[in-house]
Amino acid sequence: MKFFADLHLCPQPYNYAHVRGMVEKAAELGYKAAGITVSSRSTQEETQELKETCSSLGVDFVTRIDLAPKSSGELLRNLRVVRRKAEVIAVECFSKQVARQAAKDRRVDLISFPLASPKKRFFDVAEAELASGATASLEINMASLLKLQGFRRSVLLSSLRREVQTAKRARVPIVLSSGADEPILLRSAEDYCSLAYLFGLDHYDARKTFSENPKAIVEQNRRKLSPNFIAPGVYVVRRGKG
Amino acid sequence: MRRRYIAVKIEGNQTLSERDVYDAVWTSLARLFGEYGASQAELSLIEYNQEKKQAIFRCSHKALEMVKASLAAITEADGEKVAFHVIRVSGTLKSLRTKVTNL
Repeated sequence: MKFFADLHLCPQPYNYAHVRGMVEKAAELGYKAAGITVSSRSTQEETQELKETCSSLGVDFVTRIDLAPKSSGELLRNLRVVRRKAEVIAVECFSKQVARQAAKDRRVDLISFPLASPKKRFFDVAEAELASGATASLEINMASLLKLQGFRRSVLLSSLRREVQTAKRARVPIVLSSGADEPILLRSAEDYCSLAYLFGLDHYDARKTFSENPKAIVEQNRRKLSPNFIAPGVYVVRRGKG
Repeated sequence: MRRRYIAVKIEGNQTLSERDVYDAVWTSLARLFGEYGASQAELSLIEYNQEKKQAIFRCSHKALEMVKASLAAITEADGEKVAFHVIRVSGTLKSLRTKVTNL
């Protein structure tokens, strides 16, 4: 069976019954990995509890920290603190300055934009070129597409269509994630691929955004966070005794 | 005209009537693609099992992606929160039934 990952589940923080409900639904819908947002101040016990909940349901738990800095300075300060605490770092960009910094910083995995306000979507050609040179992917949360209706949804679809084209041209990986805060808003990866048709992603590319692209991010960061990692391409193979 | 049959699982607390199910899909289709687009889908509800909460829809094969997107976009039916999950798509009703029973 194909590997599908949803890198953005948003259950109520540390409400383990709610987390369990969400992960159960994700597992039922065929997801093999789920990214759950943890706080930068979370203790190891709290993270371990989440990990156990997920593994009991056969889902690989991916730790994720969401940053929403007001300035690029704040982003840099936050990245210094949190980079080694989570497997995925996502930055929601509310200003152009933050968006540019996030796109060129190799510590950022996912960049996203406020979906409900089209004026704050800064993913243009310059942004895409910066992201392409670094390792950042464009994240699109599908929950907003389900929650919005009418004029606001058509504006969002129009922005997404433009951004997807820009990302494809600059070869910036796209990651679709649910962004769901309740189980009823979760859909299977195939259903999300059908929704992605609305903003111009064909079925093959849409499947990649739920499988290969998130998998590559998680695997790369797990290698980097491993104690055997020294530098890109340099790993500890064996340690001496004593 | 070539057609596609879509098996759908409905998730939600309330049991919906056949009319509610059809209305929910039709409304979503019309919201996303307008009345003109919806008319091209040739959508019809073939059967609905209220106990199993499963339905089979038929549409034009050219409008399959539109109908699947509309199904995934449904969040509400008869004032209740629901989700429609596509289980299978097939070219004939017979093979769809076989595939769905074998699941």
